[in-house]
Amino acid sequence: MIEPKKSGTDRRNFLKGAAVAGVAPAVAVAAAVPSAEAQVAAPRHLPSALPPTVKTIAAEVGDVKEMNRIGGKPGSDFMVDVLKTLDIKYTPSNCASSFRALHESIINYGENKAPEFLSCMHEESGVAMAHGYFKITGKPLMTMVHGTVGLQHATMGIYNAFCDRVPVIIIGGNDMDAASRPPGVPTFHAAQDINLIVRDYTKWDDTPTSLQAFAQSMVRGYKIAMTPPYGPVAISLDAGLQQEPIGAHGAGLYIPKFNMPSPPAGEMGAVKEAARLLVNAENPVIVADRSARTPEGVQLLIQLAELLQAPVVDQGNRMNFPNTHYLSRPAGVVSTADVIMGLELSDFWGTVNAYTDNGDDGIGVNSTKIKPTTKLISISSVELLTKSNYQDFQRFQSVDVSMPADAQATLPALIEAVKSALTSERRAQNDQRAEKAKKTYADIRARERAAAAVAWDASPISTARLCMELYGQIKNEDWSLVASEGNVSNWPNRLWAMEKHHQWLGRSGGYGVGYGAPASVGAALANRDLGRFSVAIQSDGDLMFAPGVLWTAARHKIPLLSVMHNNRAWHQETMHVQRMASFRNRPSNYGNDAGPVGTMIQNPDIEYHKLAESMGWWAKGPIKDPALLGPAIKEAMAVVKSGQPALLNVWTQPR
Amino acid sequence: MKKYILIAAAIAATTLGAGAAVAGDATKGGQTFREKGCWQCHGFEGQGGSAGPRLANTQLPEDALIAFVHNSNGPMPPFSEKLVSDAQLSDVYAYLQSRQKPADPKTIPLLQP
Ligand code: HEC
Repeated sequence: MIEPKKSGTDRRNFLKGAAVAGVAPAVAVAAAVPSAEAQVAAPRHLPSALPPTVKTIAAEVGDVKEMNRIGGKPGSDFMVDVLKTLDIKYTPSNCASSFRALHESIINYGENKAPEFLSCMHEESGVAMAHGYFKITGKPLMTMVHGTVGLQHATMGIYNAFCDRVPVIIIGGNDMDAASRPPGVPTFHAAQDINLIVRDYTKWDDTPTSLQAFAQSMVRGYKIAMTPPYGPVAISLDAGLQQEPIGAHGAGLYIPKFNMPSPPAGEMGAVKEAARLLVNAENPVIVADRSARTPEGVQLLIQLAELLQAPVVDQGNRMNFPNTHYLSRPAGVVSTADVIMGLELSDFWGTVNAYTDNGDDGIGVNSTKIKPTTKLISISSVELLTKSNYQDFQRFQSVDVSMPADAQATLPALIEAVKSALTSERRAQNDQRAEKAKKTYADIRARERAAAAVAWDASPISTARLCMELYGQIKNEDWSLVASEGNVSNWPNRLWAMEKHHQWLGRSGGYGVGYGAPASVGAALANRDLGRFSVAIQSDGDLMFAPGVLWTAARHKIPLLSVMHNNRAWHQETMHVQRMASFRNRPSNYGNDAGPVGTMIQNPDIEYHKLAESMGWWAKGPIKDPALLGPAIKEAMAVVKSGQPALLNVWTQPR
Repeated sequence: MKKYILIAAAIAATTLGAGAAVAGDATKGGQTFREKGCWQCHGFEGQGGSAGPRLANTQLPEDALIAFVHNSNGPMPPFSEKLVSDAQLSDVYAYLQSRQKPADPKTIPLLQP
């Protein structure tokens, strides 16, 4: 489409030439194209009819020559060609000069489609939006950051995505050539190796130095990110590579084809051994954490659980198992097990052991939660990750059968192996087991409801009331709880009917606070495109890390109902400091607040409804009377259905 | 585990059973409950949640509650007599017993299956 400039003058050589000639680059650039000021200052004796320009003549004779100052198709246009092959729908990003060339190519050459640029106020928000988006669609987004200061902002979001095994593609702009990059700010914003600061919590990173290498890096990075265990990847993009024309790089440039990798499945010998243990167990228990990568994962787990009539504990980093199923159980059921199978557990040790933070000399006490003879089976792709600095791999737990493999990909073979190992006597017991399990399940549900009724009319509003008022209004929609940050005593998982994969997306992964608001906007964006109703339970502390994402939601018309669990504290820390004071046998200093100094968000109370309103949301609050909550939710839902995000600032009990 | 032994011992030693007359001052108890930080893990109404069990209308005898608070070596940090006295805990007990009894969940439309 665009003729490559024949001269072969690239940016660096041009700048170098200018410098050698003793001419400031800015002057050289001004000489090439008159600046706006120069045009204004020009003599006003213009002829009554301007002579046609070269371009006008060319247009009239049908031979349009592109007036492309950089001499041909820029490198960043080729980068957009590469991105388009990967079908990355959005790029939530905060603009920055080190990727200005790619930015320009995306919105102009790429027509701002696939990827579409979404304006973010903070790089952490861009990453977390991609994080939330993936959990709905199963497709990664790309976020662009200044390779230094922007990546520094982005880091916690990247750590969360890493721990939550979510692919995000991070592109960091960096002007690497110290001899030619502009001095001053762009040089503050340059580094030898920008990816260094995220290397411990990305799956892979690269610094391609040619366009061809970029194409390979992008496709390779995408593939690595999308091979279980999923994870973020970072690619550093030299500013020069983006800005210079393809020129001599052009001949033979190609884009490698991306084919989706198949996930690693468990080895058949281990699969059969696991099946044997499960079938022969008196009380097999299945514990799932990030087992269901997709809706099919949920169906597979139901099939396996029913074959064995084994209770399932869903640890909730994904929606693995319907909580309406009679085999769904709280965590405590592991104590009854003779065989426990863990599927993609983020913490196997913590699943079968307890840590009590109340020992002598401030050291916690370990104890087991299971019988000494209980056999353990693990299927986890995370064992294929070999990072060592950050401790997200948790304590080491010995298991009897260990499969470093993707759980969902292994389940079909395991189901078949269980079917062949099941004797007719064992199958015959299933009806009886199911009857018993249904009764236990009904008792548990009844207890949950009774617990929810306690302090039903309290003000501040109980978290049970908050959640059930909300559920009462959304349950007939195709709803998706896009984030539930802060702790509402797990009421949605305990009492909402969660049956679909998109109804519960799990948590942040690394427990870096500030995930909830941006991840819910990212997931709501995905749900908007799928016609679903998104709802978030938004905590106060989480929102205040980077509230600018509220504006992004309004700016890009992302409908989301955000109902606040505003307990006016970083309440987890409130309890931690209180615990320390009790251990040390001294009263805790509350200052003028309701809890320990430094843990409360009070005096003054933040008017979140006004904050949201100022950024284009419909909002209401503070709501303290439980009787007013239902009607307010109803009002907010109508707004969200019209396409606008809405927030309710609700004052709640601490947990 | 140890907690239950502790509570059982306290129950055995106590003269006050659940439902017996409550000696403390519920209003003062509510204040203590807030000032000493009990609300943080148990909720302002003692309703309980993910950080601590329900205490409202507790079935524990008063002495058992007092003993537990002073000596907990489980998930709850202990509060010594220096931090909260027996008399203050008697008031807390009265506060907890004075909490409105929850309605039968069957009568709450939003809690229907
Ligand atoms: C840091 C959190 C925390 C704080 C603060 C706290 N508790 Fe607890 N409390 C707990 C936990 C957790 C348990 C469950 C302990 C167990 O299972 O051993 C508990 C259990 C109890 C029990 C036993 C309940 C039962 O039925 O077995 C009583 C009584 C109690 N707390 C009273 C209090 C009082 C009174 C205060 C304030 C002086 C207080 N707690 C402060 C966390 C806390």
